[in-house]
Amino acid sequence: MGRIFKYVMLDIFKNKIVIFYTILLAMLSWSAFSLEDNESKGLLTLLNIILLTVPLVSILFTTIYIYNSSEFVELLVSLPIKRKVIWNSLFIGLGLSLSLSFILGAGIPLLIYAEFNNALLFIAAGILTTLIFVALAFLSSILSKDKAKGIGVSIILWLYFALLFDGLILFLLYQLSEYPIEKMMVVITSLSPIDLARILILLNLDVSAMLGYTGAIFKDFFGTTQGLIISFGLLLLWIVIPYLISLRKFKKKDL
Amino acid sequence: MIEIKNISKSFGKLSVLKNIDLHLELGQCIALIGPNGCGKTTLIKSILGMVLPDQGDIIVKQQSIFNNIEYRKHIGYMPQIGRYPQNMTIGQIINMVKNIRNSDAALDNDLYDYFEIQKMLHKYMGTLSGGTTQKVSAVLAFLFNPDVLILDEPTAGLDPLASELLKEKIIREKEKGKLIIITSHLLSELDDMVSQIIFMQDGNILFHKGVSQLNAETNTTKASKAILHFLKQSRNG
Repeated sequence: MGRIFKYVMLDIFKNKIVIFYTILLAMLSWSAFSLEDNESKGLLTLLNIILLTVPLVSILFTTIYIYNSSEFVELLVSLPIKRKVIWNSLFIGLGLSLSLSFILGAGIPLLIYAEFNNALLFIAAGILTTLIFVALAFLSSILSKDKAKGIGVSIILWLYFALLFDGLILFLLYQLSEYPIEKMMVVITSLSPIDLARILILLNLDVSAMLGYTGAIFKDFFGTTQGLIISFGLLLLWIVIPYLISLRKFKKKDL
Repeated sequence: MIEIKNISKSFGKLSVLKNIDLHLELGQCIALIGPNGCGKTTLIKSILGMVLPDQGDIIVKQQSIFNNIEYRKHIGYMPQIGRYPQNMTIGQIINMVKNIRNSDAALDNDLYDYFEIQKMLHKYMGTLSGGTTQKVSAVLAFLFNPDVLILDEPTAGLDPLASELLKEKIIREKEKGKLIIITSHLLSELDDMVSQIIFMQDGNILFHKGVSQLNAETNTTKASKAILHFLKQSRNG
């Protein structure tokens, strides 16, 4: 396992995009905290920026990286090494380096400016979001041999989760505003990893009081320890399921 | 050594291998011949586990190759078009393969020395010419002294001197009692090497025979002439 993993990590760090991404995250985080006068506002600004950039960079970088390492993979499959080990090494290499970027870029300012508990929750959510979109990228790049198609699928996935899903929820809320749909909203929210991460963090900030009745229902669910565990569990499923599907496909792929 | 039992493979609607049965023994140098697109490379890739057949079984050293990776330690493979990570140097590639193979058998540095790879270790794979890439492929295939060598168009793209050195190396390995499977369209160069011929067409094996038997059947003296005879026949028929 470690034998290939080493080469993947070396290769990713030679590629300067990850370093650029770390600097970008650091700049965004430091400016978010120094522009806003209190911690909550700073966190909110950062939350919105991060929930757009982290998924985008994670899914696109990973998709392109996997397509570009097709030669590497081809070389390895004819050697005495399990396909599972190759795929795992790629996943751990990409997941680890992008998570490390997040911790270095956004984690340090968070730990300095925000309350310790909030900072930890934020970092955990950031790492999970990173891993989720890395896993989704593995899925979209195994679905098609065509690079342009694979990258297209990744962009659509990002658009869907980052923008379209919220639009759909708003539309639903607006259409069904006569009905008691608050509990249903909890379920629907868990269908999008970005929203799940957002709510998880919002509810643990003071601003959740401003969310109104829906917010209260959400708080009833996500605010408790049990809710916290369930939502972290759901986020984990968002990593495990796409990744396992991609692994199964990779094991059966003809190269 | 290698036993192929009734394997079939199709890509979508295109059926590339149709119920192939073969028995390959050590000490032979076997030429895999056939028109373009007849399934040679797919058959080779199936033995290597790169392509997974739809049905049938392949047995190497009494063990099925499915869900098994150990057998690949005994195989050296030289692909038709070697595709390598562009941003790694020759030295890094060789080291990585050494690392993965982790073999304690003595390394066979013959080709490494003949092709003067030592001088090129720092060159990036992305900057190499086709011929130099082929040399790297050849070095990697022979380096670990495997029992089976699978060479897909080994001399295509090599300069005359390198291809001569490679041919001599192949003959020496055959004499050591290894199994060598070779595909080539350059019939003349097969003459000195091959002891058996497998002729494929449209995913079927037309025949698998020794060279001397073929020469007798077709009234020829050279393997290449016998093959040509069958190639013409297959086009007319």
